[in-house]
Amino acid sequence: MNARVADLAPPLLFGLAVLALWEVGVRLLGVPAIILPAPSAIALRFASSTPTLAADFLQTIRGVLAGYAIGSGGGLLVAILIDRSPFLQRGLLPLGNFVSALPIVGVAPIMVMWFGFDWQSKAAVVVVMTFFPMLVNATVGLAGGAGSMERDLMKTYAADYSQTLRLLRLPAAGPFVFNALKINTTLAMIGAIVAEFFGTPTVGMGFRISTEVGHLSIDMVWATIVVAALTGSAFYALVTFIERRVTFWHASYRIREN
Amino acid sequence: MKNVLPVTIVLVALFALWYAAAALMNASLQEDMFANAGHTDYTTAELVAASLEMERPKLPAPHQIAAELYKLTIETAPTSKRGLVYHAAITLEETLIGFLFGAAFGIGLAVAIQSAPVLNRSMMPWIVASQTVPIIALAPMIVVILNQFDITGLAPKAVIAAYLSFFPITVGMVKGFRSPDPLQLDLMRTYSATRRQTFAKLRAPASAPYFFASMQIGAAAALVGAVVAEVTKSEDGGLGARLLAGSYYGQTVQIWAALFAATALSAALVGLIALAGRIVLHRMAFTR
Repeated sequence: MNARVADLAPPLLFGLAVLALWEVGVRLLGVPAIILPAPSAIALRFASSTPTLAADFLQTIRGVLAGYAIGSGGGLLVAILIDRSPFLQRGLLPLGNFVSALPIVGVAPIMVMWFGFDWQSKAAVVVVMTFFPMLVNATVGLAGGAGSMERDLMKTYAADYSQTLRLLRLPAAGPFVFNALKINTTLAMIGAIVAEFFGTPTVGMGFRISTEVGHLSIDMVWATIVVAALTGSAFYALVTFIERRVTFWHASYRIREN
Repeated sequence: MKNVLPVTIVLVALFALWYAAAALMNASLQEDMFANAGHTDYTTAELVAASLEMERPKLPAPHQIAAELYKLTIETAPTSKRGLVYHAAITLEETLIGFLFGAAFGIGLAVAIQSAPVLNRSMMPWIVASQTVPIIALAPMIVVILNQFDITGLAPKAVIAAYLSFFPITVGMVKGFRSPDPLQLDLMRTYSATRRQTFAKLRAPASAPYFFASMQIGAAAALVGAVVAEVTKSEDGGLGARLLAGSYYGQTVQIWAALFAATALSAALVGLIALAGRIVLHRMAFTR
């Protein structure tokens, strides 16, 4: 326990120091609020606009979660489907890797055109963004997650394909799948927020940011960014928590010796 | 090379799917257009053919995008604001400037974190945490703030590109500096090497594979940053501005053409870095 406190202290102190420096610096130098508001001003704005921020959050998170579930689930499903065909794997893996390096957020205007201004179009952007990281990671995990020893053992048990998949290879692919799930949390937030820059009903975090920037109320922009940061971190932490529960056996969670 | 055949076949299948989807998605629109024109006695083949040649389709067919790309790159003068070369050059410039600054800053920060344990303990958790924050949300604000200081044009977008690219580079490089295994680090100790010597002779060379991997991620991130920044400040042009203009006026073919241009830029950047990585890593005997 003491070790954990000692681990947490430096980053916490650093964070507080940055906040203090920011607050004092803004006040001493008289930085105008339209350039950089003080943290206290942002906190006040946050507290006074909670209903707006909550509505924005609910609007955006719907697109994030729906897209995340469909995109990640679809990627995993396709990875399992092409698992039996090395030919398709060899064809799809390089393509998936290629697509992962592309500026996929660019499909946002197209999705807004196809699915309208509401959260469905944001979910569609998120689906496209999260599908390929999951496809690539899950395919690699299914192919290499389980060692040849374990596979041979399943063979000596006369386990059929679906048993081997269910009992050995899917669990062994767990760390890879969770890696993609973690990457996808950030991608999902980015996709949903950027898609809102291209048109939304008048609610949502991306909409709030782009309109409040137009009104030069930068404190509101920061308040929204705080919400986005908290949401992104909480989403990531949740996936990490589930990962620890599901793939507790993985080497990276062994207690550090020394 | 053994992947060429599977990839080709998958690509062909994708194109076939694309044509089918384009025909299906545009057909109802085209039916309405035929009805409005009083054109009733058309065959299915005519309908499909017309759906693939619409001016503002829901989903343009690949050959329409190819034609648009050809028109905007080859037939239009490179200096013309109507051409894609002009806008792609703007985006590329922002991306490269931002990427260079982002990479320099990212590597510098990684070196600092590696050489000062205090920084590592106090900053690394924040850097990791900041990866989970949708940084892109800051883009519109950065543009406006820099505008207050009369910094306009290329610079704000390059700043956003740099900002987006430095995080993955820092994280990747710190990982790389820590990649030598304990045996090698012990060897340096038996040589009584100083921290600096260990860094220069072991950690820095050992980080080469991580260097190229994080440069690829950083370059792709820088391009995304530049494009999104152009969306939020579209009057100076660039591929992001083309995306936004296309979505305002419902010019789907234009959107897809801009998207393909951005794709080509990203692929070229990442591919060049990957190629350089292969050559250098081979020379350094990481691969054989």
